[in-house]
Formats: sequence, structure tokens, C-alpha cells
Amino acid sequence: MMTPPASVEAPRPTLIQRFHRLSLGRWLVILIPMLWLAAFFFIPFLVVFKISLSEAMIAVPPYSPLLEWDPDSAFATLRVTFGNYLFLFESRFYLDAYLSSLRIAAVSTFFTLLIGFPIAYLIARSGPTSRTVLLSLVILPFWTSFLLRVYAWMALLKKNGLVNDILMSVGLIDEPLQILQTDFAVYLGIVYTYLPFMILPLYTQLEKMDMSLVEAALDLGTKPWRAFCLVTLPLAKPGIIAGCLLVFIPAVGEFVIPSLLGGSDTLMIGRVLWDEFFLNRDWPLASAVAIVMLIVLVGPIMFMRNGNKEAV
Amino acid sequence: MSVSSGSPIITPQTLPTWRQKEAEPFVRIEQINKQFGDFTAVNDVSLDIYKNELFCLLGGSGSGKSTLLRMLAGFESPTSGRIIIDGVDMSHVPPWERPVNMMFQSYALFPHLSVEANVAFGLKREGLPNHEVKKRVAEMLDMVQLGHLARRKPHMLSGGQRQRVALARSLVKQPKLLLLDEPLGALDKKLREETQFELMRIQDELGITFVVVTHDQEEAMTLATRIGVMNNGVIVQTAEPHEMYEYPTNRFVAEFIGNVNLFDGTVVTDERDSATIHCADIDSLIYVDHGISCAPNQNVSVAIRPEKIRISREAPTEVNNHVSGIISEVAYMGSQSIFKVRLSSSKEVRVTQPNAQRDSGDRLTWDDKVHLSWDADSSVVLTS
Repeated sequence: MMTPPASVEAPRPTLIQRFHRLSLGRWLVILIPMLWLAAFFFIPFLVVFKISLSEAMIAVPPYSPLLEWDPDSAFATLRVTFGNYLFLFESRFYLDAYLSSLRIAAVSTFFTLLIGFPIAYLIARSGPTSRTVLLSLVILPFWTSFLLRVYAWMALLKKNGLVNDILMSVGLIDEPLQILQTDFAVYLGIVYTYLPFMILPLYTQLEKMDMSLVEAALDLGTKPWRAFCLVTLPLAKPGIIAGCLLVFIPAVGEFVIPSLLGGSDTLMIGRVLWDEFFLNRDWPLASAVAIVMLIVLVGPIMFMRNGNKEAV
Repeated sequence: MSVSSGSPIITPQTLPTWRQKEAEPFVRIEQINKQFGDFTAVNDVSLDIYKNELFCLLGGSGSGKSTLLRMLAGFESPTSGRIIIDGVDMSHVPPWERPVNMMFQSYALFPHLSVEANVAFGLKREGLPNHEVKKRVAEMLDMVQLGHLARRKPHMLSGGQRQRVALARSLVKQPKLLLLDEPLGALDKKLREETQFELMRIQDELGITFVVVTHDQEEAMTLATRIGVMNNGVIVQTAEPHEMYEYPTNRFVAEFIGNVNLFDGTVVTDERDSATIHCADIDSLIYVDHGISCAPNQNVSVAIRPEKIRISREAPTEVNNHVSGIISEVAYMGSQSIFKVRLSSSKEVRVTQPNAQRDSGDRLTWDDKVHLSWDADSSVVLTS
């Protein structure tokens, strides 16, 4: 990293010092998103966390209260259990579900990047008119319901669907392939669904890149492929990271795609969560599953955010 | 008076290479054409550039100068014609294999790399050992006086510093030919002047042939050994700076370089060493001390630079080369004054006079009736 000139080497203010320096107007600007986050992220998180610490029981709501009021002694007892978390780690099933989710999300993110990068690059380098058209084509699928599009894939991929029909008619296969209800179908579904989330941040990053940088690399004796690796890729890094996060995070918790396109053996944490919640009505365990998933996701997010800071 | 007699007498040993008849050009551009669809960016250009030259391609936007430069760099390949650099045909050699480096107008510094790494970029691709790369980068940064900023990122530098990093990066590979696209365009006026001299010093020190593209005629005049003026994809004149200024060969160059007064007229007499021209705007005949060698009554333009015209209240005694008018505008510039004089034909003539005396007392001012006159060797007759 760079070393700042001696003249500006004043000690950096701490976070608290910086808060003290803020004027009222700035406080308000910060306060509004803070309130938003508190109302729609932090408080729900606390509620889920609270439920995860209780026990399932047949009642409404279907879990034991955290504080139990004893009318005789006028004392409240705090009843906290970590049993749900312990249960998650005792059973191989949940661990497998987490690992399988991470794997499916990672592989899908990789392929989304592989397909999305050339598309974003092409859009960023095309003329102003075709750029608008291409960008709207990327966004166009959002105009129809996501569920509808997944059903369309089911129709395409089923035993006597269009894909199998074409493969049979050109003689590549003799009998229909089992595509639906496989992991492949899940990968396909995730890559297809999340591709725009990869393309858009990549496009934004590539579009503002000065093409003369690549020419400068060529001019200095670099072959095109090396120039791409040494100049284009590092400069696209913030876009790559943003795109990967936008695909990876929702893909880990994806429920609809594995349920509709995946087979019974496609294990993903979103499905486990749904089953615990709606089939078993075990709200505390489902909450614990959700909390652990959140913790599992924080790791890669922090890692990528650090990478992003370096790139800027 | 022939064209070259305006320059000082030079012995054959010190004669610049481009004036030596038998000299071998270092860069040969042979009948280069470049089409972009229907648009001809460069139209049948041939040009020889010699070793150690600092050649300026001068022209407005869309004149084709940048396209020509990009063809020298290898970013565009010519539709037809050849580019020969140091005896090797480079017309279709990719940029990464040419012994040519370019300094980009935007500088194109890699924003994710430090100053040091930017300069080292080209050397690392050559596979030089690390200590050798380090040594040469340090030398180059010292030459552009940026050694102390080696670890900074480009966005932490001023415009002038960035320009010098770009220069160092393009020179560090010791190219045979350095191409500079508007090298001073992004700098402010004072810095531009300093950098001009710095560029000339570095070029002299390293002995690398420079080709500079610029739209700024002043920049071209100070920097260049020779200038090629481009217009609509064609080189309209190639000459040394003073020759370009004093002896433009056509109206475009005369008007593009410096200020000029142009008078349209017809040839009255045309002899070997003199000619007279009749112009509607001018009361007397224009007498020039060189022949034009053209048909009688041909339409020509006479170009006279503003500083070569004398301005006075007294009528001149000569028969030719004078006209009278009324001062319509005066601009006092300190070292000189600019007058605009309206002739009886209502044409305006621009005249500049040095303010040699501190206070001349009888200063010319608005609405004064004045006489303009000039010498026979001050005007240039342009047939195109």
C-alpha cells in the first residue's frame, strides 16, 4: 500500500471521535437508514434468535416462552436452551445440508461469473444504441414472474420436454435423459435466475474502464490474454466481487429452485428450513437453522469485502 | 529568393538529416490509407521521419493525425500502404511486437498499480531479472524527477506528475520510436511550457525518435524539428517550424499557423524574380520579390503576417505595397499592440506592433487614419 506524505500523517480519529464531530443534519442522514435497518433487519433477527433459544411445543405460537412467569413466587424464570443448536451439530444431516448449499451456491456463482463476464464485457464495449437494447434484454426476464420462469424450465427439461425432444431428433441420445430432478437442473436454474445480478455490477465496472489502459498494456509488450489478466480483471474486481455476493448469498438460501428443479436428494438448507418450519412445525429448530446460515454467510461476505477494499 | 534561402547557412556536416539528400529515413510511411467504413481517415499519406527527429503531426480534430499515430503504434492496421520502421515492414505487426511505445493522451496509467509498478510493467513482460527491472525503473524515475513518489498510486499524483510517469513508462523499454498523443494537452499553461523544454531535453539525452500529435500550433512550433500539418486525412505541408510560418505553401497552413492577413487577387506580371498582383482590397499593386510561375490572370491569395506590416500616420513614399484605412480596434498587450484596420473595401487587416518605446506620446488610437505598408519579401503568394 501507499505511504501518505508526512504532512497528512495526523492520527486517525476513532469511531467515537468521528461521531462527536457530526452535526445534527448528518446525524439525521445516518439515523434514517439506521432505523430502517433496525426495524427490518435487526429486530426480526432478534426475534428469530429468541425463538431459536426456546423449545418446540404444541401451542400457539408453537414454542415455549423465553420468560416464564410464576404467579406464586412473583419471579420470572428465564428458560434458555441451546439444544436446537446442539441438535444441528449432532446430526450429520444438517451439516451435509449446509455444505451442499455452499457447494451448489459456489459452483453456480462460478458459472454465473464465467457466463456473465463476457456478456457484460460485450455490452460495455458496444455502441450506445445497442448497449441500451442489450441491457434491457438482460433486465427483460424480470418482467415475468420468477416462479413462472422456473415452471417454464420444468417444461423444457422434463422427460418429453423440448430439450430431450431436440437431443433425440438430432440423434445424440436414444432415450430421454433425466435432467429434471438432478443437481444439474438446480445449477441451471440458479445460473439462469441470477445471471442479471452478475451482469449488471460487472457491466457498471467495465463500462467506466478506460480502453486505452488495455492498449497501453499491449503497447508495453503484453499479449491480449495477458493484458486481460493484468489489467481488465484487476480493474473489474469490485464488479466481480459485487456480482458474486449478489449471486452467492441468495443462492445459499435458495428454496424454490431446488424444490422445483432438484431431486429428492438435492439437499439445500433452504429446503431443510422450510421442512422444519412447515412440515415439522419446529419453529425453534428452523430458527436455529436460519441463524447458523447467517453466521456461515458472514464469513465469505467479510472476506470478499476486504478484497474489495484493496481493489479500490 | 528561393524558399530555403530564408534559413541560416549550414555546412553539410551540421545539415539536419531530413535535408541531406542521401539520408536514410528511420520511419517510412508509404502511401498509407485508412478507411473506417465509408470514411477515409487517412488518405494516401507518405512521410519520411529521420532518426533523432522530434516530428510533430499538427491538425484539428478529425484531421487524421491520431489515426496515423495509432497506425504507427499498431492499434489500427492500414487499409493499404506500408509502414517501415528501422528497415522492417511493420504494417501488420501487432503492437506488442513493435519496437515502439506510446504515451497516451489520457496517460492510461494503470490505476491499480503504483508508480513504480506502472513503469516496471513493460520491463517485466520482457522477462528481465528483478534487480535489473528495479535498477532501470529507478533510473527512469530519477530522470523524470519522481523517485520520491515511486510507491504512490496514480490517483494521488498531480496532472504534471502523472504526465511524467506516463513518459517514464513509455521510455523505460528504450523504444526505437516514441509516439506521444497530445502529451501536454491536459496541463495548464505554465506547466506546459516547462514540460515542453523537459521533453526536448529528454529527447536530446536519449536520442530516441519522437512523433508527437498535437492540435496546438504553438506547441508544435516550439517542440518540433519538423512539422507535418494534416487536414482531412492528408498532409498538406511538411516543413521546419520557421519555414512553415514564413513560407506556407497553401491557404490552410497560412491560416492554421499563427495569424495572417489574406488578400485575394489576380496576377498582373510574373517574372523569374518578381511578380505583381492586383487585389481588390488594396489601393496599390502588391509587389513580391519572387516569381510565382503560373498563368497570367491566375487567381491567387497573398498572405501577409500581422507583424510584418508597418503602421503609420504618414503616407509611404513607395509606389507599391501600401494601403490606407481607419483603426477600428486597438488591443494593448504589454509587449505589443494589436490593431485592426478597416480598409475602404471594409476588409479588416490585423497589424501587430512591438511597443519598443515606453511612452511614444503620439499613440495610435481608434478612428485614426493610417497607412499600412510592407516589404517586397514580407508577403507570400499562395496558389492553392
